[in-house]
Amino acid sequence: MITKRIIPCLDVRDGRVVKGVNFLDLRDVSSPVDLARYYSANGADELVFYDITASYEGRAIFTDILREAASTVFIPLTVGGGINTVDDFDRVLKCGADKVSVNSGAIRDPSLVGAAAKKYGDQCVVLSVDIKRVDGAFHVFAKGGREDTGIEAIDWIRRCVGAGAGEVVVNSMDTDGVRGGFDLELLDAVCAAVRVPVIASGGAGCAEDFVTLFKELPKVDAGLAASIFHFGDVKIDELKRLLSREGIPVRYRDQEEKVNA
Amino acid sequence: MIAVVDYGVGNLFSLVCSVRSLGVEVAVERDPEKLSLASSILLPGVGAFEDAAKLLASTGMGDAVKEQACAGKPVMGICLGMQLLFDRSFEYGDHAGLGLIKGEIVPLEPVIPADYKIPHIGWNALHFPKDREKSELFKYIDEGDFVYFVHSYYAANCSESVIATTEYGAEVTAAAASENVYGCQFHPEKSGDVGLKILRAFCEL
Repeated sequence: MITKRIIPCLDVRDGRVVKGVNFLDLRDVSSPVDLARYYSANGADELVFYDITASYEGRAIFTDILREAASTVFIPLTVGGGINTVDDFDRVLKCGADKVSVNSGAIRDPSLVGAAAKKYGDQCVVLSVDIKRVDGAFHVFAKGGREDTGIEAIDWIRRCVGAGAGEVVVNSMDTDGVRGGFDLELLDAVCAAVRVPVIASGGAGCAEDFVTLFKELPKVDAGLAASIFHFGDVKIDELKRLLSREGIPVRYRDQEEKVNA
Repeated sequence: MIAVVDYGVGNLFSLVCSVRSLGVEVAVERDPEKLSLASSILLPGVGAFEDAAKLLASTGMGDAVKEQACAGKPVMGICLGMQLLFDRSFEYGDHAGLGLIKGEIVPLEPVIPADYKIPHIGWNALHFPKDREKSELFKYIDEGDFVYFVHSYYAANCSESVIATTEYGAEVTAAAASENVYGCQFHPEKSGDVGLKILRAFCEL
């Protein structure tokens, strides 16, 4: 049976992980490579590297780091941030990314998703959408959530999937940072609209929020979070054990289970 | 030395790094003549079957891989590279493969329930057929271990060569073998420690 994926997201600026990270057993708490290794060893199913660098120099550092991470961590890597052209896809795929996440770039150039999917395959193109309720409707926001595009979100997702997006990351700005759980209403609407994997983002405050997510919405494929993992509030191996005990399929095998298998 | 076949399809970076991490020497090979120097051959691939099959033919790599396989050298295809080892594929038409493993590549869509997503993306468990001995390829891993899949088509009509299956609303071929020729539908180079153990077993064949 396919398992639910748990995905930590690392925001990287000028080669360092942004947002405080507090692991005693890490040599360098803001090294993206060390953190990637740590998460992989603790049961992360996939990693997202989000490049929030603005400068050209910073971008070159980012690709060096990506290359280093991809040569020591052998789980799927998704890269996002600053992806505006098919050449940007090429740049990060060559450095070891498996999937590329597009957000504002797809809004600026609506042909980007289709062009990238044609060249690299649907499985490579992840649509990431920042969504906020405006007057009772779901609106797509651009530029890291700073600009309301006025575009209706469910329709936007349906169009991008039609053009070739192979997965959708749904980031709810209404629940993000609140730590009160994922945005189940929004996620339910997205799951009903498309047949590609849906990744929930924004709102996880504790391990139980993931249990609620997968129990309430069995169609959601993965849960993504950043700070609760970075701060050590939720440890991925413990989260997997909890999900497994709650009957949610995850990639987790404790020794006892393995002996009995 | 393990040769990774470079015929212009997909990203070889992770595969090369994962084999290298085992302490095994790897060469990315663009020259079909040089495959004879390798102790075994990995055939990667992502994207569309037809494009990849054409590139295998035009680069001369298809014939070279076939020649080495027929001479008894261990060959393993990964993902689309696995599918190319079969007789034919029905992905957007009807296209010939290398014919090293009997069977054909067909879409998942008609055999899985309507609420299952396509592509089949994520970590899924391996099951070994109970009516045959476990393949050498899996000597370091256990029944139920998880590997990472990304695919919309799968190998069918190949029951005699199936060495592992996975469950996705239907029983889906996860790996197949015909003597010294192996194929994994999943990505061992993206499957953490379990994947590295599979690659190690292949390198030791």
